[in-house]
Amino acid sequence: MKIFCNGEAQEVASGSRVIDCLNKLGLDASSVVVECDGKILSREEYGSHVLQDGSVLELIRFVGGG
Amino acid sequence: MLTIAGRKFRSRLFGGTGKFSSPEVMKEALAASGCEMVTVALRRIDLNNPADDIMSVLDRDRYLFLPNTSGARDAGEAVRLARLARASGGGEWLKLEVTPDPRTLLPDPIETLKATEELVKEGFKVLPYMNADPILALRLQDAGAVAVMPLGSPIGTNQGVLTRFQIEIIIAQAQVPVIVDAGLGAPSHVAEAMEMGADAVLVNTAIAVAGDPVRMARAFAMAVEAGRIAYESGLGAVSKDAAPSSPEDGLGFLR
Repeated sequence: MKIFCNGEAQEVASGSRVIDCLNKLGLDASSVVVECDGKILSREEYGSHVLQDGSVLELIRFVGGG
Repeated sequence: MLTIAGRKFRSRLFGGTGKFSSPEVMKEALAASGCEMVTVALRRIDLNNPADDIMSVLDRDRYLFLPNTSGARDAGEAVRLARLARASGGGEWLKLEVTPDPRTLLPDPIETLKATEELVKEGFKVLPYMNADPILALRLQDAGAVAVMPLGSPIGTNQGVLTRFQIEIIIAQAQVPVIVDAGLGAPSHVAEAMEMGADAVLVNTAIAVAGDPVRMARAFAMAVEAGRIAYESGLGAVSKDAAPSSPEDGLGFLR
């Protein structure tokens, strides 16, 4: 199925959870905050939240800033 | 010692983490600055080039993270960024920035006040970046801001304290700490702000883009300390007329 990560289409297996998507992208879950379809997920939900076809993920992290 | 929302700070210099040439230079410069609170921003991860995580470079025991809402153009965007910052493990402290105009990066006072009211309700410790408006400073304080951050001059301009008159009023009236932020481009600028009685200053660009950021950080730290000691020591009055510093009498033998 197709989901959208940071505006880019990604193909993931149906039934994938958020953590599967982060692993596929090579991202360390502890440093990423995830907004899925407009809702902020807690870290505990990464392993349980199942993605739907067309889900929109925003993957955010801290960067340098003033 | 400076206290903000019950937390004590030995250093009155706060650091930014943007624009450094490398994470190593940033780490060394922040150490040289002696600062205990650093701002960070939140951005989408570039999936084609996921940069190193800034959280892994900085020691959370040494620095209090002050996530900012840079990039927010209205209260709604700022609140969304604040919630993301908290979910990222950024804690409750927040530098609220609402800057709708990319050319000036001047803060929107109405949206900043709206966002402050909402975020205080949600339990954030809000430090709003604001134009140097004494009335707005009082309104933000009344809304529950734990400090106010009036600008010296626009972000990244290194122009110094162009808002001196208004900042003097803000300092005289505020019940919460006043942190002069933005545009402080040289150690003399931060010394000026501290001599005026500012409780602290926040510096990013001037240190990060210096030829030698580590030594410049030290120069800023010294200037902050010098300015603070001068303020506490009581500066002499300014006068239009000259007043001799040597005795006026005892010159009879000359004439």
